[in-house]
Amino acid sequence: MDLKDKLISSFMAFEDNVDVEHPVHDVRTEAIKNFEHKGFPSKKEEAWKYTSLNSLQKIDFSIFPKQENAIEYKDVKKYFIHEIDTYKIVFIDGVYSSHLSETTHDGVDICLMSSALTKPMYKQIIDVYFNKVASNDESLTTLNTAFSREGAYIYIPKNKMPKKPVEILHFATGNEASIMLQPRNLIIVEENAEVQIIERHQSLTSNDVLTNSVTEIFAAESAIVDYYKIQNDTANASLIDNTYVDQKGKSHVKVHTFSFGGKLTRNNLNFFQNGEFMDSTMKGVTILGEKQHVDHHTLVHHIEPNCESHQDYKGIYGDSSTGVFNGKIIVDKIAQKTNAFQQNNNILVSDKATINTKPQLEIFADDVKCSHGCTIGQLDEEALFYLQSRGIPKKEARALLMYAFANNVLESVRIPELKTRINKLIAKKLGVNLGFDL
Amino acid sequence: MLIIKDLHAQVEDKEILKGINLKVNAGEVHAIMGPNGSGKSTLASVIAGKEEFEVTKGSVSLEGEDLEEVSPEERAHKGVFLSFQYPVEIPGVSVTNFMKTAINETRKAKGLEDMPANEMLKLIRDKSELLEIDRKFLSRSLNQGFSGGEKKRNEIFQMAMLEPKVAILDETDSGLDIDALRIVANGVNKLKSKDNAVIVITHYQRLLDYIVPDFVHVIHDGKIVKSGTKELALELEEKGYDWLKQEAAV
Repeated sequence: MDLKDKLISSFMAFEDNVDVEHPVHDVRTEAIKNFEHKGFPSKKEEAWKYTSLNSLQKIDFSIFPKQENAIEYKDVKKYFIHEIDTYKIVFIDGVYSSHLSETTHDGVDICLMSSALTKPMYKQIIDVYFNKVASNDESLTTLNTAFSREGAYIYIPKNKMPKKPVEILHFATGNEASIMLQPRNLIIVEENAEVQIIERHQSLTSNDVLTNSVTEIFAAESAIVDYYKIQNDTANASLIDNTYVDQKGKSHVKVHTFSFGGKLTRNNLNFFQNGEFMDSTMKGVTILGEKQHVDHHTLVHHIEPNCESHQDYKGIYGDSSTGVFNGKIIVDKIAQKTNAFQQNNNILVSDKATINTKPQLEIFADDVKCSHGCTIGQLDEEALFYLQSRGIPKKEARALLMYAFANNVLESVRIPELKTRINKLIAKKLGVNLGFDL
Repeated sequence: MLIIKDLHAQVEDKEILKGINLKVNAGEVHAIMGPNGSGKSTLASVIAGKEEFEVTKGSVSLEGEDLEEVSPEERAHKGVFLSFQYPVEIPGVSVTNFMKTAINETRKAKGLEDMPANEMLKLIRDKSELLEIDRKFLSRSLNQGFSGGEKKRNEIFQMAMLEPKVAILDETDSGLDIDALRIVANGVNKLKSKDNAVIVITHYQRLLDYIVPDFVHVIHDGKIVKSGTKELALELEEKGYDWLKQEAAV
C-alpha cells in the first residue's frame, strides 16, 4: 500500500481517538477529502519541480506511535538551548512529554494543541483562528489538517510577553521502525504582545522519519514575533515545514531558518500582510553536504499599502547536495508604497552540488520598490590566498570565507546564546574549529 | 636568508618571470622597481606561494629550505609575509578576529598553545599604536569600506603582528597620501632589525625616501636588468625606465 492509501485508510482509526462532535472535526473531514482528491504533489507541479517526494512515499511509515517512549533529559540536553532558561514544549514520537516540558498558564498560554482542540475554554479562540490562515488547497497542509491533534499552542494576550523564549522540540526515537509525524502548531500573539520561539525536529534513530508540520502564526497590531527554525536533523530524517503567518498592521514577524542537516527538507513559508506599516522578514542560512536536499519556498503577499518585506537567504552547497530557492512576492494593486527586498546568494563548493534559484514577482501596484537578486558563485580564490598568506590553513581559510559569507544573516538573531549555538553548528558543519568565538 | 635562483614562472602558458636571481640577507632592505607589467607583483606572489603561478624553472629558498612544495600558509609560518597591493575585503570577519586566527594558527603550526587573550590584546594594542590605528578600526570587517590608506596601514599592522623574517611590500605606497605614507614607512622602519629583511616593490622613488634601501633592482620583462644602490632609484626617477629597456635590448 502506498503512503497516500495508508494515510487515508488510517483516518478512520484516527477518528476513534478524537472528538468527532467537535467543530474542528468538520475541518479535518473536509481536509482529508481534499487530500484524497489531490494526493502528494508530484514533480509535474511547478512548485515541486526540483523536489521529489516519490522515494519517501515508498517507505512503510508508522502513522501512529503505539506507545509513549521515555527519554532522559541528559541524553537530549544538547538539542535544547540549555544555556538559558526557556519554556519547553517537547514531543516524543508525536506524543507530549510532560517530563521534558515546561509549560505555563501564567498570564500567557504556552501549552498543548491537544488541550486547545478539546477543552471548552479554548473553543472560542479555536473557532476564530484554527485553520484560518493555513491553506485548504495545498495538499500536504490539508493532510496535516486532517490529522491535526497535537502540537504547540501559544497564546500571548495583549501587551504581554513571556518571561523567556519558548522551545518547541520534536524527538523521534525510532523504537518502532519508520515513523511519520504531523505536528500542528497554533501561535497567537495579540496586540502589542511579543514572543520568541525556537523550533527543532530531531531524530534519535537511524530509521526513517518524515515530519509534515503545519504552523499557523497570527500576529495582531504591533505584535512582535521572532521564530527560529533549527534544521540539523540526521541523514534519514525528512521535514516538510508548512508555516503560515497572518500579520496585522505595525507588526514585525521574523522567521530565521537554519538548514544544516536532514535528508530532504522543504520549507513552505507564507506571509500574508493584512494591514499597513508592518514588516515581514525571512532569513536563512543553508549549509549542505552529502546528498542532502533543502527547498525553500517563500511567499509574501502584500495585500495592503505601506508595508515592507525582507528576504535574505544564503546557501553553501558541497558534495552532491541540492538546494532550491523559490521566492514569490505578490503585490496587490492597492498595496502601493510596498518595499519588498529579496536576496538569495549561493556558493557551490563542489562540482556535483546543484542550486536552483528563482525569484517570482507578481506586482500589480505601480508605486512600489521591489528588488531581488540571486547569485551563484565559488569561493574567491584571491581572498583564499590572502588568508593563507597570513598563515591560516586552506581548510580554515575556506571555512572563514564561508562563515563570512553567511554571517550577516545571523546579525538579526536576538537571543545571544542561540546565535552562539548557530555559530557552533556552522563551524561544525564546515568541519573546523576557528579558534575564536564567531 | 632568501635566495632566488634563475626563477621562471608562468600563468596560463604565459611566461612572466624569465630568470630572476636575487639574494636577500638578514638586515637588508631591497627595492624592486620597474615599469608596469614587468613582473614585480608576480615575483611577490610567487615568493608568497600563490598557486595560480607555475614555477617552471629555478627556485626560491628561505634559510636554506626550498619552498617549491610549501603551501602559502606554511610559508607564512616560516616567516614570509606579503603586503598586498590590493588587500581583499572580507565582510563579517573583524580585523581583531582575523589577526587572532592568523596568530593562533601560526602558533599551532609551531606546536604552541593559543596566545592567552590578555597577551593578544596587549599585542594588538601595542602594534595598532605603532601604526596609529584607531581602536574602533579593529572591530570593523577586514578591509571592508577601508580607504586605500587604511588598507595599506592595516597590511603593515598585520606585518607588525606576525613579525615575519622576510616582508614583501607590494606597492604599499600606491594610494597613500603623504601623511599615511609617513606612518606606514615609520612602522616598517621600526619593525626592521638585523634579523629580518624587507623587499619593497614600488614604481616611485618617493617611498624610498622613507624606507631607505640597501639595494635597488630594476625588473624588465621578467628579468632583473640592473642592480645598484639607492642612487639607482634617484637615477630612475630622473631618467625613467626607457634607457634601461634599451640597454636590456642590446
